[in-house]
Amino acid sequence: MDGIHDMGGMHGFGKVEPEPNEPVFHADWEGRCLALNRAMGAIGAWTIDEGRAGIEELPPDVYLARSYYGKWALRLWNMVIERGLAGADELAAGHALRPAKPTRRKFGIAEVPLTLNRGSFGRPAPAPARFKVGERVRAKNIHPATHTRLPRYARGHTGAIEAIRGCHVFPDSTAIGGGENPQWLYTVRFDGRELWGDAADPSLSVSIEAFEPYLEPA
Amino acid sequence: MRHDHDDEHENGSELSEMQLRIRALETVLAEKGYIDPAAIDAMIEAYETKIGPHIGARVVAKAWADPAFKQALIEDATAAVRTLGVINRVGDHLIAVENKPKLHNMIVCTLCSCYPWEVLGLPPVWYKSAPYRSRAVNDPRGVLADFGVALAPDAQIRVWDSTAETRFIVLPLRPASTEGWSEDKLATLVTRDCMIGTGLPKSPAEVG
Repeated sequence: MDGIHDMGGMHGFGKVEPEPNEPVFHADWEGRCLALNRAMGAIGAWTIDEGRAGIEELPPDVYLARSYYGKWALRLWNMVIERGLAGADELAAGHALRPAKPTRRKFGIAEVPLTLNRGSFGRPAPAPARFKVGERVRAKNIHPATHTRLPRYARGHTGAIEAIRGCHVFPDSTAIGGGENPQWLYTVRFDGRELWGDAADPSLSVSIEAFEPYLEPA
Repeated sequence: MRHDHDDEHENGSELSEMQLRIRALETVLAEKGYIDPAAIDAMIEAYETKIGPHIGARVVAKAWADPAFKQALIEDATAAVRTLGVINRVGDHLIAVENKPKLHNMIVCTLCSCYPWEVLGLPPVWYKSAPYRSRAVNDPRGVLADFGVALAPDAQIRVWDSTAETRFIVLPLRPASTEGWSEDKLATLVTRDCMIGTGLPKSPAEVG
């Protein structure tokens, strides 16, 4: 999806402003928002990729106006309703009006460690890797309307395979309910001038983590 | 609640609106039995008190002090960090990238805000912000200037965009004049930002 979330290389957002002694959360609701989102992921309400898509599908003006946890809150609200886990009327009332939808598990104290450790996204390879370390590749010029992890700034540009990271769950597939469809994952390194033109910092190189379907021989 | 009027958001109203939304969500999800609020409390407490950049600092300090661990960390950071045992178990796809005298690494996620939570805790607001996500990949020296950091003009800059479930941590250069320091003392030099690549470790003079 060519959305506002795909920010690499955009101009006009101003300086980075570090906050000295920043707290973990700036308000109580932020911590609860984070934990509720993680909990719903842990009970299997949606995958990490479906969740990311839920953020990206917020309208661009909302995406830019809201804080990070503000976007998470809206995503949680929207997806709870979309997935039939609660009704809009129940959220508006602030109380359950109907029984729960069956889920894989409930999120209790015993499930907390599940959310503190990241899951594994590596999967057995259905086929040998197509590309070798050192090989020149081009990021495809593709513009899927649904979730993808190929950033716009890399599309159409040529780089080199720097590492093979194994075969991983393919976000473009899981995000649309298409199953894990595992694909080889590569670190692809681009020269800064290849991405940004001759005026770019000559000392810069940038890498992306690219799934095999994003790449073609160069 | 104005849940159907997101686009009418006004500055300053987010706090109360979000408090109400989150309270409604938590109440409904708990009444339906999906979640136990005590488990929500426990998760928040873990992120506030247990999981943070002190974990990454321990990893970096050990790599500085122990060449065999450093080599193992560069080869397979997930496996190497797991050997430390007492710290939080990490996910399967942690990658350590090593700074060299003429090579500086920086980590970003331009598409969302992917970050190595298990070793650095939750990301700071600036890491998740549009200015950082947009500029890290095409103006990293400008970003470093925002942090008060200037690299040598002939240093190479390598930016790692975290576009998959691989997660990166920068192994910074060990500061000079720290020969013979214990791992615990070395860890006091390691800042969160130097493990993201937007800062450098403290100098020995700064920690006394």
